[in-house]
Amino acid sequence: MKSNKPNNWLLVLAVLALAATPLLLVRNAEFGGADDRAKAAITEIQPQYQPWFQPLFEPPSGEISSLLFASQAALGAGLLGYVIGLYKGRSESNSQSHSQISPQTHSQNPPK
Amino acid sequence: MIKRQNSYIRLALMAGLSGYLVIGSAAPVQAMHIMEGFLPPGWALFWWVVFLPFFGWGLRSLTRITQANPELKLLLALAGAFTFVLSALKIPSVTGSCSHPTGTGLGAVLFGPGVMSVLGAMVLLFQALLLAHGGLTTLGANAVSMAVAGPFAAYGIYHLTLRLTRRQGLAMFLAAALANLLTYLVTSVQLALAFPAESGGVMASLVKFAGIFAVTQIPLAVSEGLLTVLVWNWLRTYNVTDLETLNLIKQETPRYEV
Repeated sequence: MKSNKPNNWLLVLAVLALAATPLLLVRNAEFGGADDRAKAAITEIQPQYQPWFQPLFEPPSGEISSLLFASQAALGAGLLGYVIGLYKGRSESNSQSHSQISPQTHSQNPPK
Repeated sequence: MIKRQNSYIRLALMAGLSGYLVIGSAAPVQAMHIMEGFLPPGWALFWWVVFLPFFGWGLRSLTRITQANPELKLLLALAGAFTFVLSALKIPSVTGSCSHPTGTGLGAVLFGPGVMSVLGAMVLLFQALLLAHGGLTTLGANAVSMAVAGPFAAYGIYHLTLRLTRRQGLAMFLAAALANLLTYLVTSVQLALAFPAESGGVMASLVKFAGIFAVTQIPLAVSEGLLTVLVWNWLRTYNVTDLETLNLIKQETPRYEV
């Protein structure tokens, strides 16, 4: 259980480093989406191709679409944190109730 | 006291990851998946037809799991939330363009690939409807790559690696990372089949599309693998019971009693 901790920090650091290094190393890049490049490749192969269906709803601006993406991540991350936190609380209260067999822990509870 | 400090560190770590996930998602560029209308109708229909049986099978295994072990619903929600978050993260890559992880590996290893075909499709539907990312006509194709091919690969790679090396963390990492790569390889194949080059045909197109997606995807695949191992470590630390229910951990730890 204890050996996980430094490991986890390294994992987070590595992910951050992986995301940050391209920004530092590849200076003059647009950092557009890879599917925009795919779109360009399609028109290169078949210049006459027209998309035959349009999205039903398109975020009216970059701001709105970043709002929607941020809410997607926030919802997911919130739920993720909730579940992990719940599991953690559960496992801690479990191990506490196991150690409560010794009378010492009872006396530590302040009287109400 | 030390124990308490440890738990603070853990809490900070969780808050940090959540924060990173939220902040990292802010880039409003398009990335990944086949865009709406960019598959000819025939191919769009074809991939829908391929996907639907997997979806039905996934729904069945989903109901079976939740009926047999209702307490696993929370873990199921976690697996869904994980793909939901990761597909919102546009991460810059060495090629100077952005792409995002898929997050399907974790759920596929925990619950089997069928469940992910449902959860993955839900994420794709959300992005197609609200974010104009991917699309409804191309949902079948995108689901086959992200919600079927990726999870199946993850499931297979996890069990293969585990049998060969007996190292669970490594197996988890490889499963998630390679599933991510395979997802975009399948996307490239789908595009190449629909758009064969004038000279060289499908193969030439495949090289072209795979070149766009695959190289961009390699660092992201590594990130996805690392994040999956992170969540896996938390689960192993805090929720041994559910992992035992899913037969992912041998029932040898004595703290199983309720």
